[in-house]
Amino acid sequence: MSSKVNWKATILLILGTVFILFPLYLTITIAFKTPQEMTGNLLALPETWTFDNFFRAIEVTNFFNALGNSVFVTVFTVAIVVLTHSMVAYAIARNMHKKFYKFLYFYFISAMFIPFPIIMLPLVLQTSAWGMDNLVGLGFLNGVMHLAFNVFIYVGYVKTLPVELEEAAHIDGAGTWKVFWKIIFPMMMPMHATVAILTALAAWNDFMLPLVILSDSSMYTLPLVQYAFQGQFSTDYNLAFASYLMAMLPMIVLYIFVQKWIIGGVMRGSLK
Amino acid sequence: MKKDHVFLMMVLPAFILFFIFHTYPALQGIFYSFTNFRGYGDWDFVGFINYFNVFQDGRALSAYGFTFQFAIVATLLVNMLSLFIAIGLNAKIKFRKTLRAMYFLPFILSVLIVSFIFQFMFTHMLPQLGQALDIDFLSRNILGNQNLAWIGVVIVAVWQSTAFNTLLYLAGLSTVDDQVYEAADIDGAGSWAKFWRLTFPLIAPFFTINMVVAMKNFLMAFDQIIGLTGGGPGRATESIALLIYRGGFEGGQFAYQSANAVIYFIVIVAISVIQLRILERKEVKG
Repeated sequence: MSSKVNWKATILLILGTVFILFPLYLTITIAFKTPQEMTGNLLALPETWTFDNFFRAIEVTNFFNALGNSVFVTVFTVAIVVLTHSMVAYAIARNMHKKFYKFLYFYFISAMFIPFPIIMLPLVLQTSAWGMDNLVGLGFLNGVMHLAFNVFIYVGYVKTLPVELEEAAHIDGAGTWKVFWKIIFPMMMPMHATVAILTALAAWNDFMLPLVILSDSSMYTLPLVQYAFQGQFSTDYNLAFASYLMAMLPMIVLYIFVQKWIIGGVMRGSLK
Repeated sequence: MKKDHVFLMMVLPAFILFFIFHTYPALQGIFYSFTNFRGYGDWDFVGFINYFNVFQDGRALSAYGFTFQFAIVATLLVNMLSLFIAIGLNAKIKFRKTLRAMYFLPFILSVLIVSFIFQFMFTHMLPQLGQALDIDFLSRNILGNQNLAWIGVVIVAVWQSTAFNTLLYLAGLSTVDDQVYEAADIDGAGSWAKFWRLTFPLIAPFFTINMVVAMKNFLMAFDQIIGLTGGGPGRATESIALLIYRGGFEGGQFAYQSANAVIYFIVIVAISVIQLRILERKEVKG
């Protein structure tokens, strides 16, 4: 096999990145422009790079409040999901020969094909009646919504772990709880990373569930805030794009630092 | 404590929560679809009337029409494009890691915010560019055109979803052993023949999953529509999910939209099953 660099593919792929980077270029430049510059060439760089739009956006949208809400929901959701879904998947994977657990497995993963709108209307009545129309409620609901997919990939992973280690621990007198937390949970680390990444991205960017669940605008997450301010944003694109950029920036920065890890995590999940 | 009891304790809380917040609302939705409930107040059973009405409702039919058209076109485009990019990224190229990171970037961004950005591009930037270059079809805002707005929705969906599908194909390609190609090189197979006869059959399971998952996600489109067109112009790009949301929460059609949601659910399951059947048969043949 030749180890020659395939320049044709390299150049085509580099040219292709223009399509990906262009909307981001536009977002960044407009976020730094003054409203007066919007009447000129939209593709030009800003004449002077001004942070005014960002300061205005922080004030108008109460950015730090929304950021706090998004961070809270994301961290809370990831914690619930990693701690409980791994446990559920372990119990199911080790008892698949029993009817009840097999039923449970298919019961959970069948939810992957249930569109959210079919549960949406009753769910909203239920959560508001039970006082769950807030960020904690949203975290719990995220846990429920992600259960199907996470159980699917966790069970696939647990099946690849050798049973001998657990059996040895049982002989040494360790109970099932202890075996799970001391042996299995740490061994599931690669899958925890995958699940945490995918869940965090989904929770951070989610729009529909927070839109229907959250009743108080002080609880709005970042995407919801962008939606709520559309009236104002459509007459002031500089303000809008500064706000969009700030809403996307935490994930972009995170991605730049742990990109290898994120891509590896998603690929690992897809091979399960 | 007995081992079996511990396992039971591990699954019961999740089982209960899942039942209360997923299965129970779904059952309630089915239940209310046979009533005339508006979301509040009294209600009566009305049998299958809501279901009959959905099939005669022009707004619902046009939502199904738009959603299917959008989902089919977007699924095909995303899969062709991402397979193409994945093959490129899997080749012996320079800057492989950087390029891979670039092509995956859209996946981490919010669909809603990306749609807002594209909405600006379609309404302001492209017309300006079209007028400057004197290109007629660019100089008008496609999102404002009843017949063309759906193309805008497809473009955003393809821009964003190609990232994830590319990665899945890349994972599939990484399972293909290099030795397979070496044997083909000796046989003197061209690169086109190599792709269709060797690579594609080997990654066929990934193709199946990608087609099914992409189709399912596009059938549930909501964020893109809100961000780009709000369902307009008129109701030209109103998706099924958006219709259920609007009618259910804003139109007092709780029961009616519940019936619509049940039909929607049956449609999604049916399409997924049909896709799996057809594609899996192809896998075996290939």
